Amino acid sequence: MRLLFGSCFTLILAAAIGLGATWLTITRGIAFGALSIGAWTAWPKSGSTDIDPYARATIARSGELPIGMGDGIAFYARTDDLGKPFDGRCTYAISGLTPAARYWTVALYDRDGRLVANTLDRHVFTSEEIVRDIDGSFTINVAPRARPGNWLPTGGIERFVLVWRLYDTPIGVATRTTKEGPMPSVTRKNCS
Amino acid sequence: MMVRLLLWVLGAILLGGIVHLSTVLAMPKAANQDAYSRLTPLTPVNTMVALAAPTAQASVLPFTDPAFATAVCRYDLSDGALKLNAPVSQAYTSVTFYTRNSVAYYAINDRAAGRRAIELDLMTPEQHAQVPEEEDVTAADRLIIESPTATGLILLRALAPEPGLMPMARGALAAAKCQIGPVQ
Repeated sequence: MRLLFGSCFTLILAAAIGLGATWLTITRGIAFGALSIGAWTAWPKSGSTDIDPYARATIARSGELPIGMGDGIAFYARTDDLGKPFDGRCTYAISGLTPAARYWTVALYDRDGRLVANTLDRHVFTSEEIVRDIDGSFTINVAPRARPGNWLPTGGIERFVLVWRLYDTPIGVATRTTKEGPMPSVTRKNCS
Repeated sequence: MMVRLLLWVLGAILLGGIVHLSTVLAMPKAANQDAYSRLTPLTPVNTMVALAAPTAQASVLPFTDPAFATAVCRYDLSDGALKLNAPVSQAYTSVTFYTRNSVAYYAINDRAAGRRAIELDLMTPEQHAQVPEEEDVTAADRLIIESPTATGLILLRALAPEPGLMPMARGALAAAKCQIGPVQ
């Protein structure tokens, strides 16, 4: 009787631990070989056959096609530089340097990877269309309400994700230091 | 009593670890909402199909770059090798090859291809082995890519550097072709 009870308990607990751990790792998008620069994180190996089983499981579930290694690299940000999760009701200033690349784009999504509705129909900026200062620097205002300059609307949603994609770039698996790949800073301003 | 309970818990943790690893490894096979499954109803096999631009209401695949025009060739090599011909657009064009389970195994951009068009032959390792040796040499300026799986996806993307250039990018993709044919 005790044996039966014990094995039942063990099996149920094992299923809970195993499935719980799988669910957690896959919904959080945990993968090995992350390259983090400031608020931005990329998984260069996810775009190659060296992709690890966790990343494979994550993309199989989400339906995403990861950007290929010979194509470019995608950096994801879910928080500002201080680690505070993005809030679509706040204004964020993104400015600074970008790593060497032929082109880059920065796009805003909700947590499931959908674009966010807004009056301008503006979801992305490319390196070609961004308005720059005389010295070539730029600031992108990620904000719920219209801002002068480069305004990337949040649509006022609670949580959003920024994805910075570099195309035709030396940044990749071999990149180690932040000097090689300076990424723009993400600073939270006021909240409405 | 405590020792016995601890042993049961320890056993559960070990077994849980096995359950965790096996479910993670089984996920790509079991997933029915992966990219290939999502694209199957929208794309005939071995044909280049332009995908609708992602909007806030609908996006075929999550986290699609909205600055790009995208076309997909869902391929099946069981009837022979596939030829891909994609003219490059003014800005930036890339081709990425994915296995049936969304693993990107090869990617090339317009500059690496170095021509007015990206031309490739896609085949299984068995089909590649059957290509006569001398043909392989004469076709040296034609890239041959080996697909690890018989089925998979080719994603062709052209950048629109600004929204007004999206018709240009879509136009460049419209001329792209993928079809089963003999290797020349």
